[in-house]
Order: sequence, then structure tokens, then C-alpha cells
Amino acid sequence: MSTEKPALEVHNLTASYQRKPVLWEIDFALPAGKLVGIVGPNGSGKTTLLKNIMGLMQPDGGYVNLFGKKLDEVRQRVSYVPQRESVDWDFPASVLDVVQMGRYRRSNLFKRLSAEDKHVAAEALEKVGMLPYAKRQISQLSGGQQQRVFIARSLAQQADLYLMDEPFVGVDASTEESILTLLSEMKQEGKTVVIVHHDLQTAYDYFDWIVLLNTRLVAAGSKEEVFRSDLLQEAYGGRLTVLSKIGDLISRKDFPIREGEFKEKEGLGDG
Amino acid sequence: MDKFFAFFSFTDPNVRLVTFGTMFLGLSTAAVGSFAFLRKRSLIGDAIAHAILPGIALSFLFFQSKNPFLLMGGALVSGWLAMVSIEYISNKSKLKPDTAIGLVLSVFFGVGILLLTHIQHTGIGNQAGLDQFLFGKAAAIVKQDLYAYGIIAFLLLAVILLLFKEFKLLSFNPDFAQASGLPVQSLRFVLSTITVLAIALGIQSVGVVLMAALIITPSAAARAWTERLSVMMLLAGGIGAFSGLVGSYISFTAPNMPTGPWIVMCLSCIALASLFFSPRRGVLAKLLQQRKNRIKIVSENLLKALYHLQEQSDFQNRHFTEGDILEQRSFSQGDFHTALKKLKKEFWIMPITEKNRFQLSEKGVEEARRVVRLHRIWEMYLTERMRLKADHIHPNAETIEHIITPEIEEQLLEELGYPKKDPHESPIPYKA
Repeated sequence: MSTEKPALEVHNLTASYQRKPVLWEIDFALPAGKLVGIVGPNGSGKTTLLKNIMGLMQPDGGYVNLFGKKLDEVRQRVSYVPQRESVDWDFPASVLDVVQMGRYRRSNLFKRLSAEDKHVAAEALEKVGMLPYAKRQISQLSGGQQQRVFIARSLAQQADLYLMDEPFVGVDASTEESILTLLSEMKQEGKTVVIVHHDLQTAYDYFDWIVLLNTRLVAAGSKEEVFRSDLLQEAYGGRLTVLSKIGDLISRKDFPIREGEFKEKEGLGDG
Repeated sequence: MDKFFAFFSFTDPNVRLVTFGTMFLGLSTAAVGSFAFLRKRSLIGDAIAHAILPGIALSFLFFQSKNPFLLMGGALVSGWLAMVSIEYISNKSKLKPDTAIGLVLSVFFGVGILLLTHIQHTGIGNQAGLDQFLFGKAAAIVKQDLYAYGIIAFLLLAVILLLFKEFKLLSFNPDFAQASGLPVQSLRFVLSTITVLAIALGIQSVGVVLMAALIITPSAAARAWTERLSVMMLLAGGIGAFSGLVGSYISFTAPNMPTGPWIVMCLSCIALASLFFSPRRGVLAKLLQQRKNRIKIVSENLLKALYHLQEQSDFQNRHFTEGDILEQRSFSQGDFHTALKKLKKEFWIMPITEKNRFQLSEKGVEEARRVVRLHRIWEMYLTERMRLKADHIHPNAETIEHIITPEIEEQLLEELGYPKKDPHESPIPYKA
């Protein structure tokens, strides 16, 4: 029955940085078992959307449901691959160390990793073709290898829904190919993979479902539906002038983004 | 000298206790500091150290006692307050974090100095020794206090041991930790608390002003020697302990000397030496590597010159004089002899002594063919893949030929389909 629920449902999500809205009333749902691209120009709020889905930012309004539930109830089924540049790769750790971090959970707080955890981590490394590099220091990896390590860490979480932030940025052709192979394998296993991607050229080939974003939702649907020149033009043809002006006003004059007395229906997705 | 032996024989139980105590404090402070170092919170550590002063002074004013637990309590509260203020200011205002840190540091430290001066003027009993929080004085720590500090230091180490893997992830990638459902808020709280406590402990030996050094320097030094976090923390702890030893020695032998500056001097020397001698990151390693590269380049160039000479005579002539070689390619005097020495050592050339000539050995021919091959396949790559014109490729290939590894060579050959000739129509010599 849970298969009927959308893997991800974003409901009227509005989010801001330093009180300046960067996402306006985003509302869409994604079916399970698809490769989904979140596509849009630079600064269109793609990463912000991912952070809101993963609970790394508190939205100003709206909510997110995963498999029809709140994030905290389905944590184990969701995995996140942050942007490669978001960490310092000069950190003293080996490839295996980083992949094993995928096994750190609330349940093994204070404890050492079990033999099974270590096995799962090694398997994940094998899947991305990085097992021969297990002992290598992460500071010595190429960009493509770093990305594969991050994906392996996420695979080690054995989730059903994966959210990846720009995994194709700055990787070599062979890494790109191996990520794509991996994605199609994951799809075959019935996993849902949501990928933030800025390159319109490749988006059509990579994904089956596309969310077109430019601070507001332009379109969400199967790639055939979304890849229409008018919609692409809308997403890549600059921001809406009035919307930007209102965003500036909210931030400068300290207006609230949602009025305090306005109570949102918190759909728990059960009914 | 006498004092040296008196100290290091550790016959005086008091000396023994205070020394080992100070070392233990140094150790645990440095170990906790590793995380501050890795999280790039060095400056916050400094701010907290300064901010602890008013807490200690207020706690003394309020309880009229130098009970270490009470003083630590005061330190914890004001250190915490400072940390929260820094975060609040940098999140909620347009001020940048460094401004927030500077602001909080100076305000708290100013208040601390005011309170300390006030205490000294009121002449409340047994206030002596409070001013030692400024620069630290190991020998002035009393035995009972030391037990208390030791217990706290021990607790800090226990917390690190228990939460090692979580703190590692929190330092490397906090977003991922949170996304994995770890209780990041609580972990941050615990890590901040042990950091404040570690700083409060370290103040006993180095004092408020120089505390940042004890938190950060041991880790910075240790990082130069290892790529493993656990080893780094152990090393940092060791360095912290050793500096504690040096500090307390000086505190005993020269009673008017403040301990802190000496500990920091010792730490700084170790850190500087580490940065210089570090096997992978050090200045020395870099110099050695550059020297190695230089020798590799000139000796490979010499091999190539010999190969070219052979090639020009259609491989009929195999013996050449130094003059022949220098005619083929110019070398500086020093480079030429370095290269010759290297080639002889590797048995790549055989001297024919009676005629003052050289001949490539079989191994030498193989090596020379390798260099020429790399040069020529790289030229192919430049023309085919990077679309450079044939008269523009030579200078680049002259450098890159020395860099290409066997792995890359294999990949290049595969990509180019094992070409027979380079863009200048010279044959590419493959492995025999």
C-alpha cells in the first residue's frame, strides 16, 4: 500500500535565507521508482530545495512528506549525497572511513560499527568501483573519485529514496558513465533517485522525470511533458521581476513570509 | 643542572604530582582541541578562553572560594554564554563571524579584567593566585585542585572515546550527520561543552591569553605527521603533555617565570619543526621532491640525447663521447654530471674507459625508448585530442614526458590506438 504513496511530496514550500525568499510555494509530488532531475539555472534554489527536504533547513511555510510520512519516521529509507565541495577533503580520513560513515545511525551511538556494517560499506565501495582505493587518503582522490566515495557512503545507507546534489559536476567521463550505470541499476531495484542537476543539455538523457525550477516551480512531470521550449524558456529566461521585488521588500522591511495566525493544514499523509 | 636532576628524578612527591597533573591537562586539552582544529574553530577557542575569565572571577566573588569545581562551573557558564553569543550574532545580524568573535572576546575579557582588578582591591581573603589565570602557573596549582582537574580531564577523554565516530562525522560533514538522523544538536552541545571545559582546564597551565595555542597548535603539529584522525589525536595529546612537562619544569626552576609562555614556546617549536619536516606536507619533503624531479628530468634528457644520437646514425653508431652528447643537447655543467652519475649508478650507460666514450646498456636502451615513446605519444595526443599544430607541440611534450606514469601511458596508447609514428613522422619506439 505504501507503493501507492508518492516517494516525495513537497507541499507549498517557501524557504528563505536571511529572510530573503529563495523558494516560492513549491508544490509537486514524485512517483516512486523514477530517476528524477531537479533542473534549473544557477541560483534557482535547487540545493535549498534539497536541504529543506532533508530537514537541514526549516521552511518558512509548507511541508514535505516522504513515502507519505514525516522525515523523522522514514529516516532510514532516505539518503542524502551533499555537494562534493561542501566538505574539506583534506580531512584526515581514508576512503573506507568516509563510506563507513554511512552506517552511523542513532541506534549505534556510542558503539563501534558491527561486522555487518563494515561488510555493507565494503560492498557499497565495490559498487562504485572504488574498493581498490579503500585505504587511500581522501585528500589524494580526484574529483570523480571523491564523488564516487560520496555516492558509496549513501549506498551504504541502503535507502529507498536517494537525494543527490550535483553529482555530475566536475567529474571525468568515466565517473559520469559509472554513475549513470549505477543509477539505472538502482532504478531497476525500484529505488527512487532525485538529482539536482544544472545542465539542461544532458538532463533529458539522464532522467525520466524532471522538476523544472527557478525560485518558483516552472513544471514537474515526465521528461516528455516538461521538455517543451516554452517551459524551458520560462525556467532559463531569468527570474520574475515582480517576485524578486517582493522578495527584496520582505527581506528589507522585515515582513513575515506567513502571517502568524495562519495555520497550515499539516497533512500527515495518512488520510 | 642540579635543578634539572632534582626535577627529573621526580623524588619530590609534590613535583611528581604537579608535573604529571599538568601533563595530563595538556594531553586532554590537546585531544579535545583536535576537533576544534578540524572544524576550523580556532578563533572561537581563543574567544572562549578569554570569555572564561569573568566566569571564574564571578564564581569567586559569589562563593568566596577557590574550590576548583565551583571555578570550573563559573568558567563553563561564561564560556558557554560567549559561544552562544557568537553564534547568535553571526546568525542574526549582518556582522561576519570574525567580527562577532572579536566583539565577544573583547567584551568578555574586558569584564573579566575589571572583575579581577576589583577582587584584588577588595582584598577578599585567599584571593591570591586568581591572577595566575592570565598567564598560567603550573607550580601554583594545589594538590587538591589537581585531583579535581584530573577527574574532569579524565571525563573529557572518556566522552571523546565514546563519541569518537560521531564527532568525526560531525567535524567532516555535519549536514550528512543530520541527514542520517544523528542527534546533531545534542552532539554539538556535548562537543561544545567538553571544548569549554578543556579550555578551562588548559588555562591552569597556560593562562587565558595564550590558551588558543594549547587548543590548536598540538593538532596542527600532529596533522603534519599523519593522515589518520586517531593517530593525530594521540600525537596531539602527546605533544600537549610534553609541553606541559617543559612548562612545569620551568615553573619549578624559575619561580618568577610564567608557565604559559614557555609551554607555548615549546609547542610552537614542535609545530614549526613539524611543518618543516613533515614527510608529506613539509617544506623539506617538497624540496627533496623537487630535487628528485630535477635529477629525473636531466637524466631522462641525457638518455634521450643518447637515443637520438643512435637514431641519427640508424643505430649503427653506439659509442659516444661527452662532446657528442653536448652537441646533441645542451646541459648545464652541473646537470650534466648529476645525470651522468645517475645513469652510471642505474647501469643505464656503460663507460668504455679507454676511449672516454659511453654506450647505452640494454636496460638503458629500454629506458631511453620509454622516454622517447612518451614524448612522441604525448605529441600525438596534443595534435589529435587538443588540436594543436605540429609546430607547437614540442615544448609541452618536453615537460610532460617526464611526468606520465605507466598507467597513463597505457591509457594514452589505448586512446590513440597504438600509433606507429608521431606527428613529425618519427617512429614511436615500443617495448622490445
